[in-house]
Amino acid sequence: MRILELEKKNLKNFLKKISSNGEVWAPVKKENMYIYQKIENFNDIDIEPCRTIIPPKKFMVPPKFTMFKYNKEGYEEDLKDIPNRILFGLHSCDIHGLLILDKLFYDNYQDPYYIKRRKKTAILGLSCVPDEYCFCNETRTDIVGEGFDLFFTYLGDYFLVWVGSSLGDDMVRTAEELFNENFPVERIKEFVRWKKWRDEQFSLDIDLTAMPDIFELRLNSNIWDNIGERCLACGSCTMVCPTCNCYRVLDKVELDKLKGTRDREWDACTLYEYSLVAGGHNFRASRADRLKLWYTHKLQAFIGAFGDPSCVGCGRCLVTCPVDINIYTVSKTLSGEGGFFE
Amino acid sequence: MIDEDPCADLQKISNPFQPEMMRIIRKFDLIDDVRFFQIRPLNASRALALSYKPGQFMMISNLGVGEAPFSISSSPSRPGLLEFCIRKVGHLTSSLFRLKENDFIGVRGPYGNGFPLDRLKKHDLIITVGGLGAAPLRSLLLYVLDNRDEFGEIYFLYGAKTPHEMLFRKEFLDLIDREDVHCLLTVDKDDTGKWPANIGFVTKLFEQVKGIDPKNTFVPICGPPIMYKSVLKKLLELKIPKHQILMNLERRMECGIGKCGHCVVKHLYTCIDGPVFTYWDVINMKELIY
Repeated sequence: MRILELEKKNLKNFLKKISSNGEVWAPVKKENMYIYQKIENFNDIDIEPCRTIIPPKKFMVPPKFTMFKYNKEGYEEDLKDIPNRILFGLHSCDIHGLLILDKLFYDNYQDPYYIKRRKKTAILGLSCVPDEYCFCNETRTDIVGEGFDLFFTYLGDYFLVWVGSSLGDDMVRTAEELFNENFPVERIKEFVRWKKWRDEQFSLDIDLTAMPDIFELRLNSNIWDNIGERCLACGSCTMVCPTCNCYRVLDKVELDKLKGTRDREWDACTLYEYSLVAGGHNFRASRADRLKLWYTHKLQAFIGAFGDPSCVGCGRCLVTCPVDINIYTVSKTLSGEGGFFE
Repeated sequence: MIDEDPCADLQKISNPFQPEMMRIIRKFDLIDDVRFFQIRPLNASRALALSYKPGQFMMISNLGVGEAPFSISSSPSRPGLLEFCIRKVGHLTSSLFRLKENDFIGVRGPYGNGFPLDRLKKHDLIITVGGLGAAPLRSLLLYVLDNRDEFGEIYFLYGAKTPHEMLFRKEFLDLIDREDVHCLLTVDKDDTGKWPANIGFVTKLFEQVKGIDPKNTFVPICGPPIMYKSVLKKLLELKIPKHQILMNLERRMECGIGKCGHCVVKHLYTCIDGPVFTYWDVINMKELIY
C-alpha cells in the first residue's frame, strides 16, 4: 500500500482542495462531545477527536429518508439528490462498522439506497487514542486494512497517509505537491513506537471469545430479567451503535390523499412495537426478551455466522446508556465476573 | 476524483423494494374475517411468467397505508394469477378489505425459501394444518395434487374450530372423495349439526394415518402456536425425523429481503432463511416459536 507523509499544516489545504469534488464532513467539538458536521471553515476540524455521538452510518442510511413517491399510478423510486461526500476523521472502529453494514446491504438483495450513498462517499480514516470506554482491541477492530480511501495516522507534526483505493490515489494526485513520498524510514519507526504506546492505552478488560457458548448457557438465566427490569427501552443504544441497522417503513399521505411518500426510518429492537404483529401478538413483549435479541445478535449469532462479533468496540453504548446496560456490563455479568445486575 | 455518477452501474440493479401494480380480479369472503383475493399483473405475458414456490410469500402494499408480508395460497402449477387469504386484523388488512375488483395493489416478491420441493419428491407427505395455516399450505397441497406422480402417499389433515371457520371448506370437502389423497378434516365443535367429517382436535386425525414409513415421510405444518405443541409431540411418537418436520413461520417484516431486521432470530432471517424451518432448526433457535 502506498504511504505518504503530509505535514500537519497541509491537512487543511488538502481538504480544501478536494472539497471542490464533494461536501467535506468531519468531527467537530460540541460542548464535550463530537459530531460530524459539514465543514465550511477548515479550522473547525478537530484532529484528535474522540468518538462522535452518532456513528457515520447516518451518512449511508440517514435516520429518515424517502424511498418512493407514490400517486394512484404506483410507486416511483426516489434516489436522486444524493451529494458526493468526503468524510474525514473516521476511526478504525467506525470503518469496521461500515464494513459490517456492507455485508448486510450488499448481500442477497442489494439495497440501492445504501449502495448509492456508500459509493458517493469517500472515506478518509484517522488514527485515534483510546479513552476509558474503548475496547476495539478486543473486537479486533483497532486496525483497518480495507474500507478506506485514505487513512491518516497523526504523529505530532505530520501524518502518515495510507492510500487505500484508486479514488484515494486520485485525491492525492490532485494535490501531489502537499505530500512527500520519499520520507525517511525513521518515520515508520516512529509510527511503530506510537502504535505500541497506543496499544497500551486500552484500559477496559473485556473478553468476548467465549460469548457464543456463554449466551447459550445463559439463555434462560434470570440475569436477563434483572437487565430487562432496569432497561428504559429508550432505544439509545441502537441509535448510537455503528452496526445497528434495523428500520421501519411508513407511508405518509398528503392532504389531498392522492399522493404521498413511503419513508424509511431507524427502528430499534429494544422498542415495544418491534416484534408486534397485526392482531396484537408480540413475539418480544418483555424488555428482557428484546435486550436478549440485541445482545445475542451481536455477540452470539454474528460470531457464529461470520467469526467476529457485530460489535466494533467503539464504546458508544457505554457512554450513552443512561442505566449502564452495555456490552461491558452485560458480557461481564453473563461470564460471572462482576454482578452489575443483581 | 469522485465521478459525476459513480453509480452508473447501479442502474443495472433493479430496486428490490419497488412494488409492481397488480389488479384485483376476484374477491370473496372465505369465512367471517378472511377474504380471498385473486390478483393479476397488468400484462398477460408477465402474468404467465410469474414463478414461485409453495411456502413463499409476497409483500403487498396498499397506497398510502403500508406494506406487509402475505403467504401465497395459489399453486405455481396453475399459472396466470396469484391468490391470497387475508385476515382483517390491522390497518393495512382493513384497507385491503375496502378494495373492489379492478382496484390496484402493489406487490413484490416472491420471497423466502418456500418448501424444498425437490427433497419432498418421492416421499410420503402428511400436510398438517390448523386454522389460518391453510393459507400457505393450500399452495403446497394443490402443487402436489397437480404433480401427483412425483409423490408417495399424501395425507392432508386440517383442523378448524367450527365448520364456519374452515378456509376453502367446499374445496377441501370435495377432496374427501378423491382416491389419490387422504383428506382428513376435523372441527373442534360442530355448531351446524351438518358437518360430514371428523370432530375433535387435529392430533386425533393421526390415528387414521396408516401405512406410512416415518423415515420416508415429510410433515409440512402450519397453524396457531397452540397446535404445534400437541402435533409435534404426536410426530415424535410416530418417529418422524425432526429435520423432516417443516414448519411455516411468521414474523413482523418491513422488507422481506433480509434488511430491516425485524424477523431476525439469532443469525437467521425468517424472510430469507425461512419462513419454512425444520423442527430441528426450531429446537436450536428457542425464539422461533412461542
